[in-house]
Amino acid sequence: MNFLSNITRSEGDPRILRTGPSSLSMTDKLARGLGWFSIGLGLVELVAPRKLTRALGMEGMEPLVRAYGARELAAGVVTLSPDKQVGLTSRVVGDALDIATLLAAMGPRNRRRDNVGLALAMVVGVTMLDIAATKAVAVRHGRKSNGDARRYADRTGFPQGVEAARRVATAQRQGA
Amino acid sequence: MKALVWHGKEDIRCDSVSDPEIQDPRDAIIKVTSCAICGSDLHLFHNFIPAMLPGDIMGHETMGEVVEVGSGASGKLKKGDRIVVPFTIICGECDQCRRGNFSVCERSNRNKALAEKAFGHTTAGLFGYTHLTGGYPGGQAEYLRVPFADATHIKVPDGIPDEKLLFLSDIFPTGWQAAAQCDIEPTDTVAIWGCGPVGQMAIRSAILLGAKQVVAIDRLPERLGMAAAGGAITINFDEESVIERLNELTGGKGPEKCIDCVGMESHVSLSYPDTIYDRAKQFMMLENDRPHVLREMIYVCRGGGVLSIPGVYSGLDDKIPLGMLMNKGLTVRTGQTHVNKWTDDLLRRIEEGQIDPSFVITHTVGLEDGPEMYKTFRDKQDGCVKVVLKP
Ligand SMILES: NC(=O)c1ccc[n+]([C@@H]2O[C@H](COP(=O)([O-])OP(=O)(O)OC[C@H]3O[C@@H](n4cnc5c(N)ncnc54)[C@H](O)[C@@H]3O)[C@@H](O)[C@H]2O)c1
Ligand SMILES: [Zn+2]
Ligand SMILES: [Zn+2]
Repeated sequence: MNFLSNITRSEGDPRILRTGPSSLSMTDKLARGLGWFSIGLGLVELVAPRKLTRALGMEGMEPLVRAYGARELAAGVVTLSPDKQVGLTSRVVGDALDIATLLAAMGPRNRRRDNVGLALAMVVGVTMLDIAATKAVAVRHGRKSNGDARRYADRTGFPQGVEAARRVATAQRQGA
Repeated sequence: MKALVWHGKEDIRCDSVSDPEIQDPRDAIIKVTSCAICGSDLHLFHNFIPAMLPGDIMGHETMGEVVEVGSGASGKLKKGDRIVVPFTIICGECDQCRRGNFSVCERSNRNKALAEKAFGHTTAGLFGYTHLTGGYPGGQAEYLRVPFADATHIKVPDGIPDEKLLFLSDIFPTGWQAAAQCDIEPTDTVAIWGCGPVGQMAIRSAILLGAKQVVAIDRLPERLGMAAAGGAITINFDEESVIERLNELTGGKGPEKCIDCVGMESHVSLSYPDTIYDRAKQFMMLENDRPHVLREMIYVCRGGGVLSIPGVYSGLDDKIPLGMLMNKGLTVRTGQTHVNKWTDDLLRRIEEGQIDPSFVITHTVGLEDGPEMYKTFRDKQDGCVKVVLKP
């Protein structure tokens, strides 16, 4: 009885005894992880932007951080959906924005340059993951160009041919 | 036994589960010999249909051999009978069943109270679908319990392979009902959106029912190729304007009959901004479906024409041009399929060699490869059109 889901089964219906291979691959799980990460970070940026700006010596930029939070949330929701390719691609674009913003904050007058450097290293790390995941998802879920090679021109479905099939209704109408 | 079990969004697993048992005298148990994955299963795969629960067994296109019969069904079925199981569970006795409106059987949905909150009046019980339709375990498994088995079956003769008969369970009658509800005249152009398995069956049905021309719309070359093989003129909506081409093919007047074999998950593309609008609203849970095809049909259909909608929609939708629908005097026919209403006639047509529905099968695999096949079918990889599973 170690499957929680068995509780919802009505009596007599089959219950799970042992679980087997899933349609969800490692790639999908990585995408899902990044999706949740996006949502977590987005929430922090939206709810507590001041914490971030203070740590990074970027006081006054809270509205921008909030906007980035909204962007993260949206990308996260899409990454968790069947359209994960779109979500991950938008994450990569977002990563580029983050990197550009952090680079701009690396100026010599920022007393928190060290923290900015740390943040930058983290963002670059996540960017690598995002790029890897985007590529892996494309391989796992994309259509190969040779998928088009199958055309099924012989699959009429009519053992006596299409023309004979067209005549069926005419014959029936005349019969009736 | 082994079964394909829903665990959550995009998470289908081949699990070991306990065997089904007779729960009611009218039940029967079958040993599944073939089952298939349907486009409707993809809506569940994406978690777009509410009220799925982890642990639900998938599958509603199933056939097999009867191995156990309850006392209440023994008059109609016996051990060893070969049956195809319709995806709609029917009591055979209620008002609706007696009218042939099997997919709205009043008795077979065991979660009636829940369903009535969602749909007003309830639909029939369905195999391997949401708890709104009874939450009955499905047939992508080694064994299946068939409730109301004395009515819920199609007996099929020996000597015809499973592949020709299996689709009597759903997609063949579904394509057929979609075309039959159009009341096709010999002068009609029938336009069919979606060349998945249901669209393919609708194309063949419209031809057999005598349409002047059948036009099939999709974007996947292999599916369009299969549509053309069945006698359809094809439109690739990635490459050409559907509305312009349909008008061209009908002397500027539009098709008399339009069939939506796409449903709630219309392809999202920048060239169709309404699909982006719908997708965004779906993300925010402000809309259930992407009814692009429905909008297009209302727009392009000839006045006085018929819109037939086998494609599944799940809930509340936006921006439907009701004014256009009303003023053009269009007739809308839709519904889950009344499978048993059509199957005697369709079985005869298969036996006479008018049609062989197995043409649509592109992949045949064991149950353990089922989870991976959900992905292949969903992603339209490897020329996949229809997957048959052999438990
Ligand atoms: N009413 C019923 O009883 C019943 C029974 C079975 C299936 N269905 C429904 O029928 C629909 C089709 O099923 P299927 O198995 O063929 O699924 P499928 O997913 O294999 O096919 C859908 C096809 O529609 C195409 N498509 C997407 N957007 C389009 C657009 N804008 N214009 C034209 N084509 C478009 C896709 O490329 C795909 O080929 C699903 O919604 C399914 O749930 C209903
Ligand atoms: Zn189906
Ligand atoms: Zn009934």
